[in-house]
Amino acid sequence: MVGDIIEKLIIWLLPLPPLLSFFLIILFTNRKKALSHRIAIGAAGLSWLGSMFVFVRALGIEEFGKTVIESTVNWLPTGNTWFQVGVLIDPLSTVSVFFVAWTVLMIFIYSIGYHNFGQPAGDHDIMGLPPHGATVQDTKGQKHKVMSVEPMYARFFAFISLFAFGMFTLVVSNNLLTLFVGWEIMGLCSYLLIGFWYGKPSARDAAVKAFMTTRIGDVVMLLGIAFLYSETGTLSFREIFRPEALRALVGKITPVFGLSAAGLIGLLLFIGVVGKSAQWPLHVWLPDAMEGPTPVSAMIHAATMVSAGVYVVLRMFPLITADFSGHELTPTMSVIAFIGAFTAILAATIAVAHNDIKRVLAYSTISQLGFMIAALGIGAYVAAAFHLITHAFFKALLFLGSGSVIHGMEHGVLHTGDHLDPNDMFNMGGLRKKMPVTFWTFLIGGLALSGFPLLTAGFWSKDEILADAFGHGRLVLFITLAVAAFLTAFYTMRQITLTFLGQPRTKAAKHAHETPWTMTVPLIILAVFAVSYGWVGIPENFPVIGGIVPNWFHEFVGGTLAERPEPLPFNIVPLLTSLAVALGGLFFGWVVYREVKSPQQDNLQISLLKNKYYFDEAYNFLFVKPASWIAEKFSYLFLDRTVIDGILHAFARTALSLGHIFRNYFDKPVVNGLVGDGTAAVVKASGSGLRRIQAGRIQYYMAVSLAVFGALAVLYYFLLA
Amino acid sequence: MSIPLSWFLILSAALFCIGLFGVLARKNAIAILLGIELMLNAVNINLVAFWRYLDPAQMAGQVFVIIVFAVAAAEVAVGLALIISVYRRRNTVVADEIDMMKW
Amino acid sequence: MTPVQIVFILCAVLILGSALMVVSTRKLIHAALWLIVTLFGVAILYAILEAGFLAVVQVAVYIGAIAILFIFAVMLTRRELRDKSPQLRKNWGAAALLGLLAFAGLAFLVTSQPGVGRTAAAMPDGLDTVQALGKSLVSPQAYLLPFEVVSVLLLAALIGAVYIAFTRKS
Repeated sequence: MVGDIIEKLIIWLLPLPPLLSFFLIILFTNRKKALSHRIAIGAAGLSWLGSMFVFVRALGIEEFGKTVIESTVNWLPTGNTWFQVGVLIDPLSTVSVFFVAWTVLMIFIYSIGYHNFGQPAGDHDIMGLPPHGATVQDTKGQKHKVMSVEPMYARFFAFISLFAFGMFTLVVSNNLLTLFVGWEIMGLCSYLLIGFWYGKPSARDAAVKAFMTTRIGDVVMLLGIAFLYSETGTLSFREIFRPEALRALVGKITPVFGLSAAGLIGLLLFIGVVGKSAQWPLHVWLPDAMEGPTPVSAMIHAATMVSAGVYVVLRMFPLITADFSGHELTPTMSVIAFIGAFTAILAATIAVAHNDIKRVLAYSTISQLGFMIAALGIGAYVAAAFHLITHAFFKALLFLGSGSVIHGMEHGVLHTGDHLDPNDMFNMGGLRKKMPVTFWTFLIGGLALSGFPLLTAGFWSKDEILADAFGHGRLVLFITLAVAAFLTAFYTMRQITLTFLGQPRTKAAKHAHETPWTMTVPLIILAVFAVSYGWVGIPENFPVIGGIVPNWFHEFVGGTLAERPEPLPFNIVPLLTSLAVALGGLFFGWVVYREVKSPQQDNLQISLLKNKYYFDEAYNFLFVKPASWIAEKFSYLFLDRTVIDGILHAFARTALSLGHIFRNYFDKPVVNGLVGDGTAAVVKASGSGLRRIQAGRIQYYMAVSLAVFGALAVLYYFLLA
Repeated sequence: MSIPLSWFLILSAALFCIGLFGVLARKNAIAILLGIELMLNAVNINLVAFWRYLDPAQMAGQVFVIIVFAVAAAEVAVGLALIISVYRRRNTVVADEIDMMKW
Repeated sequence: MTPVQIVFILCAVLILGSALMVVSTRKLIHAALWLIVTLFGVAILYAILEAGFLAVVQVAVYIGAIAILFIFAVMLTRRELRDKSPQLRKNWGAAALLGLLAFAGLAFLVTSQPGVGRTAAAMPDGLDTVQALGKSLVSPQAYLLPFEVVSVLLLAALIGAVYIAFTRKS
């Protein structure tokens, strides 16, 4: 009993340490770098401890999924009832909490090294721009440039702490409202962190673009939440997913395209996910978001925030599939599957033509999220959840690895004094000798991404998605995803070949060296997960090795749903396809690109792909320019200046003319003239008349006073006495 | 004393009115003061007559008269000093010409 | 007609006649001298009224000091030509009328009082008026305070007169 209470308390407290860290750093320790990162990492560590505790406890619970750990409080009085908020640990949130805690902690530790803690302050570093290096003199009197510490060091940790708070809140919440709160906090932190180097105009624009684009999704999602609340009167997951509630939602038909209420709500919520997880058509913000520092890209745009979108679809899966019988896809699910598959292949094609190491990974993220969304669209719940978690680990690994590479390149740039883009892969080459730890971990991550068989986690999760697609007969989807998987392996190997293999192509690459332990240790730890996490989800009926270890993941996470999904019978076709596309893509990528030394030799630098199918230009033309025009011409010039100011000026003129009338026709003639001057004139006239009495001659006075006195005396005597 | 009281009173009234005429009708400022002296003497006669005829044992009447003497003396002294001062300034003792305190 | 009454009538004629001369004579110095005669007549009247001290004080203070003061003032403000012009203002008729009316009113008032025609009772025996007057002037229960105040008044008048009439030799 006491254990239960402590357990629930710990779940409530999971999001708290990062939040406290945020406030402490912002309010008190903003100037102190070491103290700030210690507070942040301490907080992340505390949340990690709590998460591991919850994870271990949850593992031991029988029939976890039917029984969950839930704790609620009454929060908002709503008429006769209370709106309750609370925390929920069921299988899905258990595994989510696990990967969130690990990736957050690793990225926090990585950030210490990434922002060059311990290095001297830069020569002319200013807050708001990336650090540019410091000149140091060594003992021989020789000057050379080294990397300098980030001026806004503490602020970064504050922001990522706030972000961690948002993600933990989202994962542990038991209702859509606090989930949405966490969702929005992460959106805010995304804006703050993409625009971290606010001195760069490109970073500022990217931050606004990210926020605006996800906002479109968020508004629609809020509509969905409101509609759901009005239909069911609750936002708590366990209550919505009761069979009676779901039946009611399915039964009600809405006027929108004839969808059922469940389908419509699912669609609206999914549109929010499209924004947050950067699916087509709202994918445009994620590549630009690479303007932020690499830990931000890793955390927000690989491991956690974009995963939050997929997490929401996983959470609302019972609602989305409420009227799904197993054969014909419902309209909502069709939309989801289509968008997921389309995005997967679209992004994969763009990724092969980009040269910036982070851009490639960004498009790769979009593509992989498309995989997960497509899987959910066809009802492959466990496969999607599995891929979500493995992807979080290896994508975070890849991003952190790319950050390490960029750091090495920047060191080379400072050393040689060359002015080249440290992110451009065509400036790299041969880094495997200079940065071995980075190379091996990046390779493991890349192989996991490509789905290298057996040894990497990506293989197991991707294979499950393909198997599920094939097994349920979704052949178009299967082929699309297979092609996308091929392209994935291809561009990943392209990336590895250009960056690490071969010979250094520039002097900067020649002078690169390995990054400090704060950056490499997280890479190693994440690499361990990227390899081993796959082995918890080996399907039971896999040839040879299936069945040696039970498919823990399937059993555990499958228990979240009311009906545990059955594992599919084994089919050789998806397995062979998986092997073919993965190995084939890797092979081709290596073969083609080991000869390519410059962009001119690269045959895939197609301008359509390099310009991302011109989506940005289209949106600019369709939406941004009209909005600017409306703001300028309509709202400002017409409404504000002409109409509103016109009314105000009319009022002013009326008041002025009224004042003029009052002054000239009432105040001056009547009040001044009649009352004021008139009284004065009367007094003056009477005074000038009466003054002649005072003649100054005493005898005159005496005579007059005697006469008056006599008269009065006579009066007195005859009238009164 | 066989003189009726009314004789004294009428005498003092007449003296008073002569003095009044002098005050109102004379040009010279000193002549005005002379008229005032006559009026004061008439008052004194009245007082002494009343003292003698009503209650000679009570000294209030005579005391009053003595005080009137003193006041008259003071007034004449100050008044003449004023007239002399005005005479030095404006070279006139005609009351009608001393009319500066007017409009 | 008792002898006292005859004396009174003569005295009254003296007083009123000289008073009329005071207010009507042209030469101011004559007016001052006629004033002396009037004052002397009033002193006789005091004597008739058995106020001997007052009669003496009248002569000493009024005639001896005040009238002399008038004469000095006349001398100090004498102008050769002015003595020739008429000494009565233009409205002396109205003033005379006023005076007559005043006299008529006062006379009427006086004679309308009851008991105004009575004669005086004899002086009480043993009443030494001078001594009684002296005692009353210096005894605190009687008229010491007015006496002292009057002396202050005389002091103030003295200082004031000196100050007003003072000439600064510039």
